[in-house]
Amino acid sequence: MTQTGHVPGAGTSAALATERARKEMLRDARIERRGGPRPRIGADALCEALLLQGSNIIWGYPGGVILPLYDVLVDHPGLRHILVRHEQAAAHAADGFARASGKVGVCLGTSGPGATNLVTGIGTSMLDSVPVVAITGNVPGVLLGKDAFQEIDITGITLPMTKHNYLIRSADEIPHAIAEAFHIARSGRPGPVHVDITKDALMGETTAPHPTQAEVEAGLPGYRPKLDGHARQIKVLADAIAASKRPVILAGHGILISQAERELLELARKAQIPVAWTLLGIGVIDESDPLAYGYMGMHGWKHVNRAIQSADLLIGIGMRYDDRVTGNVRTFAPSATIVHVDIDPAEIGKNVVADIPIVGDAKHVLAALIPLTPSVAPAARADYFAELATWRTASESSAWHGSGGWRDGVLSADFVVERIAEGSQHDANLTADVGQNQMWVARYGGFKRANSHLSSGGLGTMGFALPAAMGAAVAVPEKTSWAIAGDGGFQMTLQELATIVQERIPVKIALMDNKKLGMIRQWQEIVYGGNYHSEQLAGPDYLKLCDAYSLPAWKVSKPEEVDAAVAAALAVDGPALIWFEIAERQNVYPMMPAGKGLSDLIDKWGDDGEDVTEGSSGPRVDPTDPNAPSGATK
Amino acid sequence: MSGAAPARALPGSGDARRHLIVAIVNNRPGVLNRVASLMRARNFNIESLAVSVTERSDTSRMTLTILGDEVHVEQATKQLYKLIDVLKVEDVTDSAIVEHELALIKVRVTSKSRPELVSLAEMHHGRVVDLGDDAAIVEIVGEPGDVDRVVELLREFGIKELVRTGSVVMARGSGSIEEQVKR
Repeated sequence: MTQTGHVPGAGTSAALATERARKEMLRDARIERRGGPRPRIGADALCEALLLQGSNIIWGYPGGVILPLYDVLVDHPGLRHILVRHEQAAAHAADGFARASGKVGVCLGTSGPGATNLVTGIGTSMLDSVPVVAITGNVPGVLLGKDAFQEIDITGITLPMTKHNYLIRSADEIPHAIAEAFHIARSGRPGPVHVDITKDALMGETTAPHPTQAEVEAGLPGYRPKLDGHARQIKVLADAIAASKRPVILAGHGILISQAERELLELARKAQIPVAWTLLGIGVIDESDPLAYGYMGMHGWKHVNRAIQSADLLIGIGMRYDDRVTGNVRTFAPSATIVHVDIDPAEIGKNVVADIPIVGDAKHVLAALIPLTPSVAPAARADYFAELATWRTASESSAWHGSGGWRDGVLSADFVVERIAEGSQHDANLTADVGQNQMWVARYGGFKRANSHLSSGGLGTMGFALPAAMGAAVAVPEKTSWAIAGDGGFQMTLQELATIVQERIPVKIALMDNKKLGMIRQWQEIVYGGNYHSEQLAGPDYLKLCDAYSLPAWKVSKPEEVDAAVAAALAVDGPALIWFEIAERQNVYPMMPAGKGLSDLIDKWGDDGEDVTEGSSGPRVDPTDPNAPSGATK
Repeated sequence: MSGAAPARALPGSGDARRHLIVAIVNNRPGVLNRVASLMRARNFNIESLAVSVTERSDTSRMTLTILGDEVHVEQATKQLYKLIDVLKVEDVTDSAIVEHELALIKVRVTSKSRPELVSLAEMHHGRVVDLGDDAAIVEIVGEPGDVDRVVELLREFGIKELVRTGSVVMARGSGSIEEQVKR
């Protein structure tokens, strides 16, 4: 028996390197601090790079291979590390931070499960074009691919759901990789970038300098976002606006990202065009502006969808004509010329055929468009606006504007959202979860300010509200941050109550408890013929829960208690929760069933008021009836 | 609003055909995976893929053949362009190009059929690159259709093994996709 024992390939240099790395994994890796300056290691380069990018908040969770970074954090006091209770929350917090501030959010996890836990949050940022840099540790380079403890091919996992990703195996690569990651994350169409760094790269000594922005850009010949729209196409659009009798602007997230709200308003005013917005476009215009027409799409306002269906010109800017916006493309806006302005060329022509495609940044394109656009006197569109106003009055005064439930002493969710927005002077950041609560926030949030509405639109990630609101509260401390979550989503990430209490992050939580997975129940009622399953959701006594976390909390079951509770929560210097026991069977209306068109909105189901009447349990549609409608429209 | 308006056309309702895409990419680990992963995730079906280093050691050239209509393939090229490591993409299907692939075909031979095989290969600009007692390898280089024809002719000998590289293409004339890459 030789001394090499059971080492595979004993004696080869690869085997020796593997052995050394295995020992390294277990070695006491503390940096020698006694006396004199210590060498700069990869982890230092990482901290410096983050600070150089103006990033001083890290949302993270430690673990074995990322510990060398935690070992040097003390030497970089400009960085604030916020310890979450689950890595998914770190990714959502970084996402919320980025959405609320426009800056790049940073989250951190260790290898293996730490990294996979980040994945849902990274995917959320990807689908909504949110700039996030996600950093993970990995096992030492020579152990990659050997299924070492907590090793997983995380770059293989994040590859299809990031804008770009890196596997860094040497300390010298860190400064350039981080600078490049930030540049890619925030420029062009933003998105998450994942940087996976091996433990030996974090621990290796390095003198590598930080690159300048010019060096970063020069090193990316395959990445040159196109900002200016094609001049001839912009002229074609200006002419189309001049010829249009019934134009509608469809404003999306891209306007917020490029900070083109002022240009949007200028165009709308100059050419007298009503503005509709997508879910992620909420906040592009003050909703009380006369030209602000409303939220469109599957659960959008009926008058808005009606305006889109009757438009002769749809000017989509920084949005992607996705299925929740268009419904059935065949019947979408049948008389309209479709304009599509987007910075991502791949979005144009993907979901709808664009008659006037323009690739470019919203702000650049609008700035070039405005001087070419003719001024339209309000009188010239008087008939059009009068018709729009009639439609609006009809849809807003409908009993199904919300439910009218508060009039009957039942707490209706839309009423709660309206009172929260009002109580916060329409200036708070409202972060929604996913499901009915998300649509109520979108419809009734009364937004006046850009980046004040946070919602997981593309991926539709339940559990988003609390951690993302945490990010928003830290990013914009001068504004109130509300997390408005259903009892389903809240129970997915409520472990973060400990984080907001420990870190004193002043998130105000509005828990909309209908003791149901409300949107599931709504679909099972309307689309699945009343065949309910797994929609009943038990929860804890949330007052006791909050007590256990030392979190001030109130319970509200009656409409007349809402304002006082909102005021009390806002008066708390720190986090607080209001437990709203809302009507259990309220639906979000109107609703466009999947596969239907914008003209096929359902605006009620069953008898008036039934949705909010307690005790009207049981399916409205007899599931045993072979003729029961499935996906029927009114 | 009348319901009489015609249905809006969906993107990409044209005829599917074979497209040839050339991509110049960074010669780095994982780039092939990025391209393959993108094509899979976006539901594009790669019929063949040939990759090799270019005249510059820091870039590689990929030749992909994809089946799809114009809009579908345009979407594929746009998505490819979004990859940071992709420097240049071109759909050369309708350009004046030279398109070749190489095939090696191992066939059964007997002392009797051997001369016949050699002359058949020569007649089609192929050659016999290995000749044994009971098997031979024929190499053929040419347009995919030419390769198809030779393969058909060789079937009567009995094909034991067949490998094709997939198409590689180059535009005729003085233009160079590599020179168009911005650096």
